[in-house]
Amino acid sequence: MTFDVSPSLTLVLLAAVLVGVGVYLMLERSLSRIVIGLVIASNGINVLFLIAGGRAGDPPLNDGDHSTMADPLPQAMVLTAIVITLGMTAFLLAMAYRSWQLNGHDEVQDDLEDRRVVRRAARDLLSRRAADDSGATLAEDARVTRDETATDGAAR
Amino acid sequence: MTWLVPLPVVIPLLAAGIALAFGRRPNLQRLIATAALTASLAVAVTLIIAVDAGPIVVNVGGWAAPVGIALVIDRLSALMLAVSVAVTLAVLVYSAAQGVADKGEGAPVSVYYPTFLVLSAGVSNAFITGDLFNLYVGFEILLAASFVLITLGGTRDRIRAGTIYVVVSLMSSLVFLTALALIYAATGTVNFAQLAIRLPELDSGVRLVLHLMLLIAFGIKAAVFPLSAWLPDSYPTAPAPVTAVFAGLLTKVGVYALIRTEVLLFPGGRLDTVLLVVALVTMVVGILGAVAQDDLKRLLSFTLISHIGFMVWGVALASQTGLSAAVFYVAHHITAQTALFLVAGLMEHIGGTTSLTRLGSLARLAPGVAILFFIAAMNLGGIPPLTGFLGKLGLLQASAEAGTPLAWTLVAGGLVTSLLTLYAMTKAWNMAFWQTAEHEPEPRPLPRSMAGASAGLVAMSLGLVAIAGPLVDYTDRAARDLRMRTPYIQAVLPEGEYPADVYNEAWGERDGEG
Repeated sequence: MTFDVSPSLTLVLLAAVLVGVGVYLMLERSLSRIVIGLVIASNGINVLFLIAGGRAGDPPLNDGDHSTMADPLPQAMVLTAIVITLGMTAFLLAMAYRSWQLNGHDEVQDDLEDRRVVRRAARDLLSRRAADDSGATLAEDARVTRDETATDGAAR
Repeated sequence: MTWLVPLPVVIPLLAAGIALAFGRRPNLQRLIATAALTASLAVAVTLIIAVDAGPIVVNVGGWAAPVGIALVIDRLSALMLAVSVAVTLAVLVYSAAQGVADKGEGAPVSVYYPTFLVLSAGVSNAFITGDLFNLYVGFEILLAASFVLITLGGTRDRIRAGTIYVVVSLMSSLVFLTALALIYAATGTVNFAQLAIRLPELDSGVRLVLHLMLLIAFGIKAAVFPLSAWLPDSYPTAPAPVTAVFAGLLTKVGVYALIRTEVLLFPGGRLDTVLLVVALVTMVVGILGAVAQDDLKRLLSFTLISHIGFMVWGVALASQTGLSAAVFYVAHHITAQTALFLVAGLMEHIGGTTSLTRLGSLARLAPGVAILFFIAAMNLGGIPPLTGFLGKLGLLQASAEAGTPLAWTLVAGGLVTSLLTLYAMTKAWNMAFWQTAEHEPEPRPLPRSMAGASAGLVAMSLGLVAIAGPLVDYTDRAARDLRMRTPYIQAVLPEGEYPADVYNEAWGERDGEG
């Protein structure tokens, strides 16, 4: 199995840009942006698979010259990856919608423990000997949803 | 024998479809799911015996590896398969009694059992595949099922916790997929056996990048320390049986993939030092998190992370005793951790909460549960003669054999972690069972099969003690084969890397002779 291993620069740049944009979007708080980021990044990786297959060649269907044939395997893999991404995207969108239904926004919430640690640290500033109990149970904390990107929270 | 190999994937998948068709009849669904997993378990146990003669290879569709997709069962995957299916079956019986499927807080009734079966199929697929891309597909199957299970009912808590889990899991899948593309670009194959031959020929820098990417992808799934922050927040909000099966299986699939990566694909142990340090930090940080917890399910989630460190420790030692101990530890930990989560579910059922400060007086209300929790907790803490002790002893021995300063540090770290596990579990037991509750809960009848399934799992972990001798021999042989690598490679590629004829007429005729 031999194929031309020098990749096309355009494709490499395309993959890099797509993955970069995707990662940037995935760092956002809003779940719908994360979904878009995920789709873009996985498309970037799909391009990477195309690069992995070497340069374009003849269709691998007829009994042609094997040396000029395109490698079909990466394309099969890309197809699988696309289908999987489709399913995952649908699920994420449903989840973002459900989150919007329940909370009025689709922001990814902080870890409950993280919130408590931050709150405890804030109280520690007030008194050096802070009580270990933060005054609310985890279940109570979990019921409170907040806009994590707002600047007026106790976390700041 | 070869026709048995795909069954642990095929049976649950088919049953999932049938169960979905009977969406309005939960009793029938329950029956289908139980029957499917029982059949799957029978197959897995048969395979564990059959595979002792050498790895069994099935070339799907008749195309021989490396052209076709190979399903490979060796001792490691057979053991993982059997233990995981047994545990899944126990959890299924438990959840059927608890009626997660019936009162999922507004959830569509019909999805629970089919999803559970798909999860089992995904886990089995990850264990039996001999192809890196197929491993990715297995991961995605189990992830998709786990997404549905963790957000079951779509309540506010579960959506909040589920979001984190879903995003982190998809991130790890992206890393894995990137690694796959790069590996294919570098070697032109995704077959494990062929990769094992071709990867060592690569430039060492390229190999390091590929190795690291796979470790990161699998490290997220296995919840190894710097990559474990998602776990304790997302697991506890799910229903008890769902948490139990996640804790038992999903992280272990990650550990299994780590073992394959370290031993088959990238032998030579370039990153062993890194892994040893990671194992140490995972153990210590995880258990410190557990000690600080007040919520029982969170406490158990942190012990889960901590004990993943033990497995990584064994893998990173890369000696035969180390690997053998790691494989043994995986089998031990799947049963012990799942049993603990199930018993925690029982305690929640009786006490109405998982907050340790509010729980109490359970020893009087439910002495049986107290005993179950005690046995499972002592097992996790490593009290002789339970399997936790045997696994840890194996790791300590392997580490002492290695004898480097880092290995001795790990011995110390492992002992401290065991002691702290014991402390955390004793504290939890005292608070839940011993202390007097402020508001004593109303006595509630405990569904018999819920208690029965938990007791069955605890009994299974005791059963592992009874067969510990043969089991250790088995894992020793598994570790020897893993280290030699040739039995696996030869079984998959009996005619070398470039077989003359890649298509056999008789489907799956190839029995690996080893």
